[in-house]
Amino acid sequence: MSDQRPDNSILVKRLLLTVAGMFAFGFALVPLYDVFCEVTGFNGRTSNEAAVYQEVEVDESRTVNVQFITRNAKGIPWKFEPSTKQVKIHPGEVKVVNFLASNPTSSNMVAQAIPSVAPAEASLYLNKVECFCFNQQPLAAGADTEMPMQFYLDPDIPDHINTLTLSYTLYDMTANTSAEQMAQLLKTE
Amino acid sequence: MSTTVEETHHDTHHDHKPSGIGRWLFTTNHKDIGSMYLWFSFIMFLTGGAMAMVIRAELFQPGLQLVEPHFFNQMTTVHGLIMVFGAVMPAFTGLANWMIPMMIGAPDMALPRMNNWSFWILPFAFIILLGSLFMEGGGPAFGWTFYAPLSTTYSSDSTALFVFSIHIMGISSIMGAINVIVTIMNMRAPGMNYMKMPLFVWTWLITAFLLIAVMPVLAGAVTMVLTDKYFGTSFFDAAGGGDPVMFQHIFWFFGHPEVYIMILPSFGIISAIIPAFTRKRLFGYASMVYATAAIALLSFLVWAHHMFTTGMPVFAELFFMYCTMLIAVPTGVKIFNWVATMWRGSMTFETPMLFALAFVILFTIGGFSGLMLAITPVDFQYHDTYFVVAHFHYVLVTGAIFSIMAASYYWLPKWTGHMYDTTLAKTHFWTSLISVNVLFFPMHFAGLAGMPRRIPDYATQFADINQIASIGGFAFGLSQLIFLWVVIKCVKGGEKAEAKPWDGAEGLEWTVPSPAPYHTFEKPPKVE
Ligand code: HEM
Ligand SMILES: [Cu+2]
Repeated sequence: MSDQRPDNSILVKRLLLTVAGMFAFGFALVPLYDVFCEVTGFNGRTSNEAAVYQEVEVDESRTVNVQFITRNAKGIPWKFEPSTKQVKIHPGEVKVVNFLASNPTSSNMVAQAIPSVAPAEASLYLNKVECFCFNQQPLAAGADTEMPMQFYLDPDIPDHINTLTLSYTLYDMTANTSAEQMAQLLKTE
Repeated sequence: MSTTVEETHHDTHHDHKPSGIGRWLFTTNHKDIGSMYLWFSFIMFLTGGAMAMVIRAELFQPGLQLVEPHFFNQMTTVHGLIMVFGAVMPAFTGLANWMIPMMIGAPDMALPRMNNWSFWILPFAFIILLGSLFMEGGGPAFGWTFYAPLSTTYSSDSTALFVFSIHIMGISSIMGAINVIVTIMNMRAPGMNYMKMPLFVWTWLITAFLLIAVMPVLAGAVTMVLTDKYFGTSFFDAAGGGDPVMFQHIFWFFGHPEVYIMILPSFGIISAIIPAFTRKRLFGYASMVYATAAIALLSFLVWAHHMFTTGMPVFAELFFMYCTMLIAVPTGVKIFNWVATMWRGSMTFETPMLFALAFVILFTIGGFSGLMLAITPVDFQYHDTYFVVAHFHYVLVTGAIFSIMAASYYWLPKWTGHMYDTTLAKTHFWTSLISVNVLFFPMHFAGLAGMPRRIPDYATQFADINQIASIGGFAFGLSQLIFLWVVIKCVKGGEKAEAKPWDGAEGLEWTVPSPAPYHTFEKPPKVE
């Protein structure tokens, strides 16, 4: 074999490094995706943190229709619905909508509601001052509750958005909750 | 380049073949490993094909006749996985092993021991995958795309086996790709500069880079599925703050380049065969190289065309639509160059050429249906119907697989030292050509009329179309047994093949005798 051939080990090392880098990149896509969605609002997620209400001018000239949908994920038998199906509000105006939940089973349960907004770009302009979805919701066996959601629309909301739909999907988190956590949650309720 | 030098020249290291099973287990010889890859690929092709027969038998009539829906789902899933990772990809790696060293005048692959490993872990991957079918609850049933939450929340207990088998397949193809890159970059004979390399070498070099870029991402995706299912993470679980749509983004970031991994080496094969039987040089060599590179780069920008219906914003839909259509431009350059090569050539129609011609026409049909699918509003109707099934079988079966068959017929004389039985080979071609179209062409219409894919039952108005497709399917399956027959017959004997059995063929592989000696180009050839 000719001996002027280049050293393979350097190239192999570089290629292995690329492989490791791409494996890491696969995982880096997860936070990148979250940041990307948060900035662009592409997938209709709303923030998990309470917005601080800033004194804004209410735009009386516009009315936006805000609709509410609830859905139970597979395997959770709660009753879960909004007290009103839709409200008409002016951008800048603060509104409270109650959601009713009841646990018809004979065991204590914990649920988590996950919000989603359509059209997705509207999610950037929906500010929640208070929402039950920021935390998990415990409900004792047979109990029911009224959960408030306080929000306002950013007056910068684009003109072509006249209706937006806020949907909540309710997931059963009981299996992920230990007995002590459950007791703790029910006590603070 | 005198070939007698080759035969009398004995290096310090062994030149004889070890005998018995040990030869195959411990071999580091690129030709042995190439042969093992090719045989393995063919066994997988028949295994995956048997599953396709189950699918077509169940779909022969509306209603549920033969298998349970859950088993049907396992068949569509494992059929897809086996054909992609077990048949097409190993066949290309086998061809790379056999041909790349001979085409660039190298004595072997650059990393022969790793080469042995990358082959021998493959059978274990597929034993694990196939074994999972016999576990309680069955094997993977979530489609080859293993979308979460189907593969996490709703999958069977054997999913860990699926994950490990994908890990092993991924490691195998990454090792294979590293080997190809190092071989091509470091082992070329003096004078074989990049722009003199045969296109098969070029397309494989680019494919190998694609593999290195995306197989690790696939490994990441299956790992996330594993931890979501067994270790309580929530990458794809909305309840825990994850997002199932993100799975699709990660998967298709791998998945779209993957479909090009399965077609770029074909382009190289066709670019070798058409000039050989046209007795002209390939038209536009440099543009072929650039077009391949352009396709590879663009393939990273189009993944979301598989996700038009997931509710993306209009801007993103438009971006991915235009990028996808842009890929048709370099692809069109290639088709144009092949046709231009044939223009006024003295064409003859030996079996490799027949497969190559069928490739050009039928792959183009697949490209056109791809363009239809790329139109976002139209895809809302076509998505997840049999139209998609028709599209990807045209590009993969009459594209990738036909090119592998063309390659086999083209290089069989070099591998075995015998000419194959041409009558049988042509029978294989014509039966395959007719049956494959009877099988897949009607699926376009079923899809346009709204028949969903991956469902074991269907509305009665689709009965005739499905019956025709199933008949085509059985005929296509049987035709492949002719191929097996031709190959076995050719290995066992036949008319002695000359060093260069095709008078228009070009390349260093034709300067060594047939069958190619166990060691070739231990002294690098001179390339003008
Ligand atoms: C001009 C070139 C091509 C275009 C424009 C194109 C476009 C598309 C589009 C838009 C889809 C998504 C359809 C849907 O799910 O609704 C698709 C699916 C697919 N394409 Fe292509 N394609 C092209 C070439 C290829 C090639 C060369 C291959 C492989 C060799 C390929 C393999 C596939 C596969 C396997 C799927 C289906 C994946 C699945 O959902 O299981 N395509 N193509
Ligand atoms: Cu694609």
